[in-house]
Amino acid sequence: MNFEAIKVIYSAEMRRTRNTLLQSIASPVISTCLYFVVFGSAIGSRIESVGGVSYGAFIVPGLMMLSLLTQSISNASFGIFFPKFTGTVYEVLSAPISFFEVIVGYVGAAATKSLIIGVIILITASFFVDLRIAHPFWMLAFLLMTCVAFSLFGFIIGLWADNFEKLQLVPLLVITPLVFLGGTFYSIDMLPPLWQKISLLNPLLYLISGFRWSFYEVADVNVGLSLMMTAGFLIGCLIVVWLMFRSGYKLKQ
Amino acid sequence: MKASDTSAETGVNAIVQVRGLSKTYDNGHQALKNIDLDIREGEILALLGPNGAGKTTLISIICGLVNASGGTVLVGGYDHVKQYRKSRELIGLVPQELALGAFELVENTVALSRGLFGKSKNPEFIQQLLENLSLGDKATSPVNRLSGGMKRRVLIAKALSHEPRVLFLDEPTAGVDVELRKDMWAVIDELRADGVTIILTTHYIEEAEAIADRVGVINAGEILVIEDKQVLMDKLGKKQLVIELREAIKTIPAELEEFNLQLCEVGNTLTYTYDIRAERTGITRLLNDVQNAGLTLKDISTSQSSLEDIFVNLVKADA
Ligand SMILES: Nc1ncnc2c1ncn2[C@@H]1O[C@H](COP(=O)(O)OP(=O)(O)OP(=O)(O)O)[C@@H](O)[C@H]1O
Ligand SMILES: [Mg+2]
Repeated sequence: MNFEAIKVIYSAEMRRTRNTLLQSIASPVISTCLYFVVFGSAIGSRIESVGGVSYGAFIVPGLMMLSLLTQSISNASFGIFFPKFTGTVYEVLSAPISFFEVIVGYVGAAATKSLIIGVIILITASFFVDLRIAHPFWMLAFLLMTCVAFSLFGFIIGLWADNFEKLQLVPLLVITPLVFLGGTFYSIDMLPPLWQKISLLNPLLYLISGFRWSFYEVADVNVGLSLMMTAGFLIGCLIVVWLMFRSGYKLKQ
Repeated sequence: MKASDTSAETGVNAIVQVRGLSKTYDNGHQALKNIDLDIREGEILALLGPNGAGKTTLISIICGLVNASGGTVLVGGYDHVKQYRKSRELIGLVPQELALGAFELVENTVALSRGLFGKSKNPEFIQQLLENLSLGDKATSPVNRLSGGMKRRVLIAKALSHEPRVLFLDEPTAGVDVELRKDMWAVIDELRADGVTIILTTHYIEEAEAIADRVGVINAGEILVIEDKQVLMDKLGKKQLVIELREAIKTIPAELEEFNLQLCEVGNTLTYTYDIRAERTGITRLLNDVQNAGLTLKDISTSQSSLEDIFVNLVKADA
């Protein structure tokens, strides 16, 4: 194991975050605040509590997931896309370092960043609503798994994308709609029966539901199922990355 | 001339040993054709070749940036695929393109390179390295504020940050002014004195002539020749004898036909091209025959072809 290499990739990535602190940390905080003002206060004041939880508090886990997913993907995809784009990836390729170590460095940094953002959102939210976390362990478990899984997913997108458009494609066209339709702002109980069934096809619903359960013990689907879906996605990403590693996918001619 | 005649020696003291290396890119273009090459420890090898010859491809495969389609590479005895950690540790690479992250500080980007090669931090070493490359006062500048020549030197610092034994320089002096080029040659010379093996590609033949121990000419994915610089210049070099006549002539006299002389336009000089390796150069006979033909000599001079002429001739013959 080339630990030194993992360390320097990780810290170079974290340094990049520090250099762009404002857009890395401040923008998710600001957008979360906006969501709270619009959904939590303005609209939420007219919605009765959901499953015994005030609407403002109800949307916190969903909002966290929204930011975690988009941030993990964009951080990790950009982290590997940019060196590819500028050509500096030559350095990683010519170093005595395995693909696995490269991933630990890049994905580890992206996941750390998401984790920090998640915590910041949680703290921000606590100023607006009364938060309680029923199962801190499971909350943390969901948080970690999500950060790692979607950072891996972002890494895969960053490897696959050969232009900026493709880099934006999946987050914009797939992830954002799925998060919004996955019960970030509502419980699927509120939907007509047909849409309830359709919603169950959305994998992100399971993630958000499980995460919300760890806060308030209310869930759209069984928490065991949520856990399985999250772990399944993580394992799926690991397998894809491993297959890419074996073929030298898009990094080597 | 085929590369195998000269390049693939026994390979005992070769630090880099390339055998049967070939590369066909995904689009079907064959960039390398069965390359054999031994790079001797401690030498400076210059690879010359026109655009698209395959120089960068060859280097990229040895360094692990491109997968070979066939053949093997050993670096310090380690297979560059199966034992890539061992083999890559020995190698430093300065790429042809100026690839540097935009906002990173010089010292950080050099430290990053060192870390990637598994070496623990050593700020003193890096500061010294930057000073040797006249970058001492740029250590804390962001790389995007440097000039092109400085960026090139930062890339060299990065390549040297882990103290490699073999250094690949892909066109180190492209777009570098004359003075800086001389500085660069001095740096390369110092590295060689430290025992670093250096492989550089270049389009500047005077560069190869100035610093290389051996010269390889590569064209269309094949090594046409690889030879000690001096031997190459002697062996392939043609000499020319220029005979200046007192009175201009219109045609070359029939007696002199066998010498394949060239008459200049004005008609007052005859040029005789001969092979230095030949037992008999034919000069004495030529001079005799010139006199017998009734021509009067004004002056004679000789010139030897430069590496450039050799290079141009080789590539032309190959096309
Ligand atoms: N990624 C690629 N895909 C397809 N063909 C490629 C690729 N990279 C290089 N080639 C082709 O392979 C051949 C050799 O390219 P290479 O870059 O090795 O040449 P070179 O000798 O370094 O040239 P130059 O002096 O211009 O740097 C060229 O014909 C080039 O078009
Ligand atoms: Mg090249």
